[in-house]
This record gives sequence, structure tokens and C-alpha cells, in this order.
Amino acid sequence: MKVHTTGTTAFGRRSFALGAVSVTAALVLSACGGSDAAESTDSTDLASAGATTLTMWVDAERSPALTDVTAQFKEDTGIEIKLVTKDFEQVSDDFITQVPTGKGPDLIVGPHDWLGKFVQNGVIAPIELGDKAADFQESSVAAMTYEGSTYGVPYSIENIGLLRNADLVPEPATTMDEVIANGKAAVEKGAEFPFLVGMDPKQGDPYHLYPFQTSMGVPVFGTDETGGYDASKLELGNENGAAFAAKVKEWGEGGAGILNSNITADIAKEKFNAGASPYFLTGPWNVPLAQEAGINVVVDPLPTTGDQPAQPFIGVNGFFISSKSQNSLAATEFALNYLTTEAVQDAMFEGGGRPPALTASFDKAAEDPIVEAFGKIGADGVPMPAIPEMGAVWADWGGTELALIKGQGDPAESWAKMVSNVEAKIAK
Amino acid sequence: MVDQLDTPVRSRTPAAHKKPRRSPDSTAGLLAKILLLGLTDAFAVYVLMALFMSEKWLILAVAAAVTVLINWIYLRRGGLPAKYLAPGVLFLLIFQVFVVVYSGYVAFTNYGDGHNSTKADAISSISMSAQKRVPDSPAYQVSVVEKDDVLSLLVTDPDGGVRIGTTGEPLEDVEDAQMGGAGKAVGADGYRTLNFNELLSVQQDITAIKVPLSEDLDDGILQTADGSNAYVFKPVLVYDEAADTFTDTETGVVYAAGGEGSYVSDNGERLATGWKVGVGFDNFKTAFTDPDLRGPLVSVILWTFTFALGSVLLCFGLGLFLALTFNHPNLRGKKIYRTIMILPYAFPAFLAGLVWSGMLNQEFGFINEALFGGADIPWLTDPWLAKFSVLLVNTWLGFPYMFLVCTGALQSLPEDVNEAARMDGASAWRIFRSIKLPLLLVSTAPLLISTFAFNFNNFNVIFMLTGGGPRFSDTNMDIGATDLLITLVYKVAFGQGSGRDYGLASALAVIIFIIVAVISAVSFRQTKALEEVNS
Repeated sequence: MKVHTTGTTAFGRRSFALGAVSVTAALVLSACGGSDAAESTDSTDLASAGATTLTMWVDAERSPALTDVTAQFKEDTGIEIKLVTKDFEQVSDDFITQVPTGKGPDLIVGPHDWLGKFVQNGVIAPIELGDKAADFQESSVAAMTYEGSTYGVPYSIENIGLLRNADLVPEPATTMDEVIANGKAAVEKGAEFPFLVGMDPKQGDPYHLYPFQTSMGVPVFGTDETGGYDASKLELGNENGAAFAAKVKEWGEGGAGILNSNITADIAKEKFNAGASPYFLTGPWNVPLAQEAGINVVVDPLPTTGDQPAQPFIGVNGFFISSKSQNSLAATEFALNYLTTEAVQDAMFEGGGRPPALTASFDKAAEDPIVEAFGKIGADGVPMPAIPEMGAVWADWGGTELALIKGQGDPAESWAKMVSNVEAKIAK
Repeated sequence: MVDQLDTPVRSRTPAAHKKPRRSPDSTAGLLAKILLLGLTDAFAVYVLMALFMSEKWLILAVAAAVTVLINWIYLRRGGLPAKYLAPGVLFLLIFQVFVVVYSGYVAFTNYGDGHNSTKADAISSISMSAQKRVPDSPAYQVSVVEKDDVLSLLVTDPDGGVRIGTTGEPLEDVEDAQMGGAGKAVGADGYRTLNFNELLSVQQDITAIKVPLSEDLDDGILQTADGSNAYVFKPVLVYDEAADTFTDTETGVVYAAGGEGSYVSDNGERLATGWKVGVGFDNFKTAFTDPDLRGPLVSVILWTFTFALGSVLLCFGLGLFLALTFNHPNLRGKKIYRTIMILPYAFPAFLAGLVWSGMLNQEFGFINEALFGGADIPWLTDPWLAKFSVLLVNTWLGFPYMFLVCTGALQSLPEDVNEAARMDGASAWRIFRSIKLPLLLVSTAPLLISTFAFNFNNFNVIFMLTGGGPRFSDTNMDIGATDLLITLVYKVAFGQGSGRDYGLASALAVIIFIIVAVISAVSFRQTKALEEVNS
């Protein structure tokens, strides 16, 4: 159980309140057998009453970066941070339902696209980054900004890139047509696939195909004057949409066979690591295994398909503070003044391997050419929309692309149908 | 735990039951009673304390009443049935009745994304988000100081000037402030500066300090989130408590509290953060009238029944067949076979779903590659084949249970009826159909009903194997050929549109509950008839 009593009592009536609280607290604690916590409430010495405990929710993938950092923070400030590891699929929903009951944590770690839901449900508090905002990569702060306010402290940026097996195709290519030509040439020389991208056989994968879409001028949402996404401007349905849909079908199983819905993320990884394909469209998370498998991996800029740059979605991981935190000052101290330092961002990169959001730390990490290449691609990327309306897009978007990849339906028609479906759902 | 309280009673002779003696319990029984009741009460007191601390009065009252009731039941003499029934009834209330009632309650609210908490929470979080930093305003370094139990902010301007202020008292200049390193004022005469640990112990009060920048409130308010830096904020929305409205400071638009749990302006614009309110039968109305839902709902209900019935019949059929086979007295190595048979039972259903979905992959799956020689069979993407695959996998998962149950039931059948039938010249099939099966059904029919109810809501297999797909083309909802009612509920309430809708989900769940409850009730009546015929 959590005892936040010290933090909540009013300053002037402190000793009186403490007396009352400690009597009841001692009773409660004696019942559950805790004794050390009771001592801190009994104490009238203000200095030791600062033994605050923060609770932070994190998922298994993100926690390795944080264990050392939180231990160090405790040494530096005396504030203990309890890391509670939760299932990634569940953690944001749990946060939304638990915060209003007062049982939520003080902090939560996660990707920025949770922001919209969090704000909509009133479960996180804004954080003013102040001058520190300038120390971060611009896109990371932009991602943490929602309706004009900053809500999170960024710590890492992620995006996809094009992995190339330099032993099969030695030179980089700039357009997707060249990539396909290179891939086919490699197949003639004995490779199994010209190009690989992991798909979900049930839902397709619009996330990975998004750079091709932006390159042809079909972003999901338009932006408003502040640069945030505007749900009323659904750009999916613009005049270029049908052309992109036709492209997907052309590349699909019924056409060139570049996209294959039966190749799951695992199969794609396995095949690329076996040297069966010169290209693999994926994120930095698949690089270490490929290198271990002895593949000569180079990260190329994303190839264009149209006349615009191929912009991937970028995902920014950050720290959010609960709107109901009883320890908001300590939480802010940790997130805003501690995690934003260069040494800590370095340490988090070492622990978790995700490219840092702090420019100074990123520059250091970018000595690794792989990190540098992904960083360059990300600099052109666009934040994954955090607005709640994005939830209405995924299912139809993926389903339609999946059908096109399978060679089903007329591209223009099914794309238009998808757009009207999404519009209907957003309007609800 | 508690039902052992009266253990000594069981050892009484049957005669004692006819006329309960009012004699004291044995010493051991008395001790056990005191100990267990003491533990229960200690736990209850702890819970009551915790509830008192968090000011949950209603639950506190209920918990107190239950505690008193438990004590009364076990301390009074007599009332033996109550002593046996109390623990079970209590757990039934907590784990079943409460859950059902709570789902029922949620079904009548708009609980979901955007309507997540109370109105007070919504107001405070709208106000919090509405505080925007004044564009191009400077950052101030601050120290928190205290005088006469009032906390103030000692502010160092970017240009070096030092001022002090607190809530309701605008900043005023400070003479001869003590300066620390980096040009930041750290103390002033007559004030005591708080150190970091002191800050932490009063953090709520510090973040609540709102120092007006000047007499003119339009200049903005200075606030600190960490006790060392402060920024000038101005709200873009101002809450008027008397009128219960938010006013946009720039456009002057007024958002009034609407009946649907959110602040709405005259032209229908809504503030995103709302609160939970009751909505009557709206969720049920949506469930039955939404045109996107109505179409696929019929086929989903049909498939749900097919799936649940099919699963029961296939699992039971296969399980019974194997049980009969491996029950043959002359079969050798029975134990090994039986152990192997049970293996799928040890597999978690969701894991099996994932593994099978990989094995059924059209191009790279084991089934197509190894068993069908590289054929291109769309196991999971053709509507009919997907239905077949789902049933197949569920049978694989479910038959070991039926195998176990049937083996047990078969072994407990009396051998003499069997022999008598054989004497009369009945064939093996005849014996099975007219003797073994009816006898088996007496003990297994309730299990068949529960298996039906379980498969009616078998979320894991569907979700992990096909995700409900392949999708119907005649609806704009993401509903497909293998969706059961339960996965449909999940998708409608959580996976579609722009938010989670717990209210709608609960309403649909209540409908499913009613369907399953009715079917189970009717079936159990039938089973009773079966028992009477046989007995």
C-alpha cells in the first residue's frame, strides 16, 4: 500500500495533522505489518519527511533503460521511484481507468501517441519544458505537444528505415522503382525475395507502408495552424489516394509480388537474417539480430514513390505525469530536471538502446552509423497522430490495404469506401 | 476457511441432528472459532480503517454491516445452516453478484473515453490543460520561502531583479536579497528558505501557489511545477463556478455543462474532457438500432451458436470416442496414450491460437507446406475455411477435457448392466447407444452445458487465430466471418471509432449474459428430466 500522507498535509497545520494521521496510519500499518513506513510518518523532522516514493508504470521493453537511472536518482535526491512493470497492451488503458480512482501511478512511460486519449480523459498534467525544449530534437517536442501544450518529457525517438544487405545490393537507391529493380536483379542471382516487409495477415500494416503513402502525397490528417493534426481534415481521401491504392495493388500478390500478406514480421526477419532478401523495411529493433546473423546491414534513406519525401511515422517515447499525482513536484523534478540531463539520456540509451531525444546525447549515439542513419530518416518524419480520432482509422486502413495486397477489389473504389467508412466513424 | 468453524458438529451422531443440543462446543472447536473469527475481524478492521481514510462512506457502511453480520452468525448459538452458508454466499455476492450488478450499472452510463471520471475531475483537468504559457514570456528562477506559515515564491527575473509574491499578492520588489550561485536569489530577510526535502513535504501547496505577475491579472500568473523554475501562465478557458460554465478568454465562447456529461457551446462544440453520467437505455438502443451493427449481428449470432454447439459436439464426440477406445480392457500402454491425449489441455488457449495461426499461414505455414505439399490453401482468409479452421483448433484444444471426463464417467459405470445387456444378445453399438450413453449423459450433461457457455464466449481462440476475420464487406465495422458475439462486443466497444466505450460494452455484455443464462436454465431443466428418466 502507498502512504502519501506526508505530501498532502497543509503546511500550517502540519504537526496537528501529522499527529492525527500517524495515529490512524500506525493502526492501519500495524494491521498489515508494515513498520518502516510508519516511522517516516511519525517523524516531525521535515528533512526526513522528504522520503517520498514515486510510482512509475513501465512496460517490460522500456524498463531496462530505467532501472539504473532510478537507482541513481534515489542516491542523488532520496526520492525512491518504484518501477511497476505492466503489460504494454494494457498499461495505457489501466492508466486511464486507475488515475481517476486515485490508485494510478505518479508517472507513466510510453509512446507519444497515447497523448490524445490521456488528455481527453483528463489523466495527465501539462509540463512546461521551458528553455529545455531547445535541447531536444524538434520533432520529439512537437510529438509531445497536444493542442498547444506540452504533456511529456521525451527520451527517445523511433522510426523505420530501409535495411539493405550490402552483400547482395552494394549501392543505395533513391526511388522505390530502383529498389524493386535491384531486388529483382538480386532474385535472379539467387535471393528468394526482392523486398521484405512484415505484415499482419489479418490487418495488413499501414504503419510500415506509410512512407510510400506520404511520398505520393497522401498523409492521414492535415494540420491546423499550430502544426497539430486536425481531425476535420482527413487527407486520406485526397486526389492522390487512388493512385497510392493502385500502387499497393500493383505491388501486391496479384502483381509484382513485392508485398506479401503472408509474410509476417517474424518470417520477414527470419528470411532477411538468412540472407534471402536484399531489402527489409523495418525499424532499428531488428538490426542487432541481423548483424548477429552476419548480414552486412546498411540503413538506407526511405525510397520515394512519388514527388514528395518519404516520411515515416515517428514514435517518441516519453514520461507523463498523472494529473492526480500527490507528488507532482517530485515527479516534475525527476522528469523535467533529472531525465533531461545529458548523462541520464546517455545512460538510458545504453540501457535501452533507443536513440535519445536530447540532441547532445543523440549526437554521441550517432557515432554508430546505424543510429545516425535512422536519426536522419526520423528528422524528415512526421509524428504518429496522437489525436483520439486516429483510433478510427487503423482498422479500415489496414483492412483495405490488405485486400489490395491480396489483389482483391478495385483500388479507387475500395480506397474511397475506406475513406467514407473512416469519416463515418470519426463523425460518430 | 470459515466453514471449518463448526467441525466438531460433524462428529456428532445422527441422532443429535434431530434435536440439536444446546451444549458448548469442544475446546478445540472453540479455539479455532476464536482464532478464525479474530483473524477475520482483524482483516475487517484493517479494511474499515482504509475505507475510513479514503472517505468511502457507502462501502464503509456495507463493510461494517457485513462484519457485524458475520460476527452475529458465528457467535450466536444455533442457526447452523447460516454458519455453513455464510462464506459461500459472501463470496458469491462479491465475485458474481457484484460484478453482474456493476456491469449492469455501467451499461446505463456513458462511461468510456472522454467520460472517464467525475465532474469535479473533469473541471480540474480542463482547467489544468487550459493554462497556457504566455508566448515569448521569460522563464523565472524561483526559491520557495516561508513566513508565518505562508509560502511565497522568491523570483529572480532573467535580468537579475528579485521580487517576491504569493497567491493573491502580486510580485513586489525585495531589497537586499541573499544571492546564491548562478545569480539566483536564495533568501530574503524575514523569510526562511525551504530546502529540497521540505519542498517535497509540502509539494501540493507549492504547485498550488499562483502569483499574479502584477496588479493587472491579464498579465498572467506565475506558477512553478518543480519549485525552482516558474513560468507565466494564462488560462485560455476560465471556469465560472456560479454558472457552471467555461468561457474561452479569446473568443468569448461559453461552454455550458450539458446533460450528456460534457461542456458544450451554443453551436455544439464540445470540450474533449467530460464526465460520467447516466444515459438510461441509450446504450441498449444503440446495440439494436445501429445500422452498421444490425446487419452483421444476425450472422454473428448464427455463427456464435454454430461455433458453440459445434465445439461441444466435436469435442465431446472425439473425447468420448477416444475414451471408449482407450478404455478397452485389452489395450496395452493405455497410460502412455492417455497422457499424450491430455497434452493439448496443458496448452494455454491464446498461445495455441498464435501457434496455429502460424501453422495455418497460407504460404509459409506447416500445414500447407508439409501436409499438403506446398498447396496454397487460404485456411484463415477464406470465410468458410476460416470457420472450419477455428472449429478445428478449438476441437484440438477442447477434446482432452472431454476425454478426461468421459474416461472417468465410463470407469464408474456399473459393469453388471453391461454384462446383462450382453447376455441378452445386444450388439456393442446397441449397448453403447441404449446403456452407456444415457448413463454417461447423466453425469456429463451439466459439463456439456458449461462447455457450451464457455465456448459461447471463447474470446481467446478467435482473437488469436483469426481476429474475427476475414471481414464482411457489407458493413463499415471491422466485423468478420469468425467473429463471436464476445469478440464483436470487444471490437465495437474498444477497437473501433475513436474511443473505448465501456457503457456500450457493458450493455452488449448484459445482452449476452441474458442469452447464455436463458439457454443454460432451459438446458438444466432438460438435464433434470434426463436424471429422472434414468433413476
